[in-house]
Amino acid sequence: MYSYSDFDEAFVRARVAQFSQQVERRLEGALTEDEFRPLRLMNGLYLQLHAYMLRVAIPYGTLNSRQMRQLAHIAQTWDKGYGHFTTRQNIQFNWPKLPDVPAILSALADVEMHAIQTSGNCVRNVTSDHFAGAAADEVEDPRPYAELLRQWSTDHPEFQFLPRKFKIAVTGAPNDRAVIKAHDIGLRVLKNDKGETGFEVIVGGGLGRTPMIGLTVRDFLPVADLLPYVEAILSVYNTLGRRDNKYKARIKITLHETGKDEITRMVEDRFAELRPLFGGHDQALLADIKAAFAPPAYRNAPVDAYDAFYKADPVFRAWADTNLAQHRNDQYAIVTISTKAHGKTPGDATAEQMRVMADLAEKYGHDELRISHEQNVVLPHVHKSDLPAIHAVLSQHGLATANVGLISDIIACPGMDYCALATARAIPVAEQIALRFQELDLEHEIGPLKIKISGCINACGHHHVGHIGILGLDRAGVENYQITLGGDGSETAVIGERAGPGFAYDEIVPAIERIVQAYLAHRDGPAETFLQAYRRLGLAPFKAALYPAEGTQDAA
Amino acid sequence: MARFTPKVVTANALIEGDVVYLTADDRWSRRHEEAELIEDEAHGQLRLLHAMGQGNLVVGAYLADAKAGPNGPEPTHFREVFRTRGPSNYFLGKQAELI
Repeated sequence: MYSYSDFDEAFVRARVAQFSQQVERRLEGALTEDEFRPLRLMNGLYLQLHAYMLRVAIPYGTLNSRQMRQLAHIAQTWDKGYGHFTTRQNIQFNWPKLPDVPAILSALADVEMHAIQTSGNCVRNVTSDHFAGAAADEVEDPRPYAELLRQWSTDHPEFQFLPRKFKIAVTGAPNDRAVIKAHDIGLRVLKNDKGETGFEVIVGGGLGRTPMIGLTVRDFLPVADLLPYVEAILSVYNTLGRRDNKYKARIKITLHETGKDEITRMVEDRFAELRPLFGGHDQALLADIKAAFAPPAYRNAPVDAYDAFYKADPVFRAWADTNLAQHRNDQYAIVTISTKAHGKTPGDATAEQMRVMADLAEKYGHDELRISHEQNVVLPHVHKSDLPAIHAVLSQHGLATANVGLISDIIACPGMDYCALATARAIPVAEQIALRFQELDLEHEIGPLKIKISGCINACGHHHVGHIGILGLDRAGVENYQITLGGDGSETAVIGERAGPGFAYDEIVPAIERIVQAYLAHRDGPAETFLQAYRRLGLAPFKAALYPAEGTQDAA
Repeated sequence: MARFTPKVVTANALIEGDVVYLTADDRWSRRHEEAELIEDEAHGQLRLLHAMGQGNLVVGAYLADAKAGPNGPEPTHFREVFRTRGPSNYFLGKQAELI
């Protein structure tokens, strides 16, 4: 893992000192809220519905046990004993008090963490594949590039006041687990026919009010061109991007309004100017960063104990079947720890659970943890012989739910339970869907199905790319939920289709159940997933299931 | 012109971030029912201006719809109802603190 250089350390400490003084001046009355607000947002501090919220960056979702323990310490000392992992691989604390925030930021700095650029119109936390460095299908670990981008973008003087926020995601695998096509810039590491490493560069993806799948602007960008090329994109966007209308300010709109050919030409022109200015220092830095991401020293040991336990224990087997992914080392597995126990808040972990996961990472996982954009926690490197012991510990702490990729592994934004922007609740809808399908005992029968819920049009819950997407709105003073179907956030990304009129709060769970029953009735056997069935059948049978009364009327 | 619907002045406390309501005697209360129910538009603007002048105590003051109830003003929109209670996923916030 990357460790802070003296420069990083000094920068983060200096920022904590600055913000501490700013908080002091605000509390003394020397700063007005209008003056203070941009300063607190630059440091990740929002004012939400019931309290302040501090959003802490977890760069590319990677952290070690010491950092996870510190998050637990913060949750317990200055918050209400839990934290919320987000779809951008961050963690949010929902109850900090303003005078405590400097101490929290100082505690974060103690473990090389911060909340800088987790808000505001700047380059946000660079996200990545949560299986990076471990996945069997990976071309190369994308995190060194994400770290390079993090260092380049942090406090970049040209890009602190962009037209709007800017999100970059990097993956090193052909199977996209980082939703790169729904980012302002998506980068996919690949090899060309000469065996050289480079990137497919995708620009202009994004969800929110105007959902769009990004367009490929370069099929192969050499590694050495990464920073100047990304800088060229940002630079063109910074010039063209609309500052007159917040809803048209993201690069997806700039791309759409200017046209891909014209934008590409401008980016290439700017790139030609910038490229000579990068004299190779960035590549020297990249080499150092890569060394920090060297794979762990894998243990070579028999896996018989795992095989035997797998055969003998059905509970363990169910968990292993859903929550393990293939590691590049045959003796190892990638463990996804579900923070989606049925009826619980997706993405929440208590301080105690965080400590348990930190201990497991330290004891069995080469001291590494990941936060996935799907709001789960990952132990990327676990020797298979240790899996039974890990499962036993997880079971004691409500962390052994065998549901990864299934209907109860729901993404949900905080919604109107916390968020000041939300137009409806998301969390209780997720809780009730999970409980309902647990009650029906249908989850494993249904198979892979991604439900994603947002509590407003900004789409933090990625509802557009959910196989079933749910969007909570305020319709005439009442919560109302719109359903989209057939969305996909993977390498075959597509925006879901609106199914029709929305449903009231107490109608949404039955509506989801009707969709799933329609799938079970129409699928071409258990091997055909929900998404495959939807692609084959289209909207019609699901619409008929959702709105049975209308069907009757049409027939009459 | 649309008829004026009754309002309360609400904001978040600067230090804790808690939801607060402006009372008739110029206090900031955690309890919605202690809020001043404003039934006149011009008076509402004056009370909001007063609230906005209290930036050393509260943040983001605004007028929220409310109605008279047996124990004092009650919220009418679900967002404001949630703000009187706290989140629905945990028993935290006002619902736990204001018993």
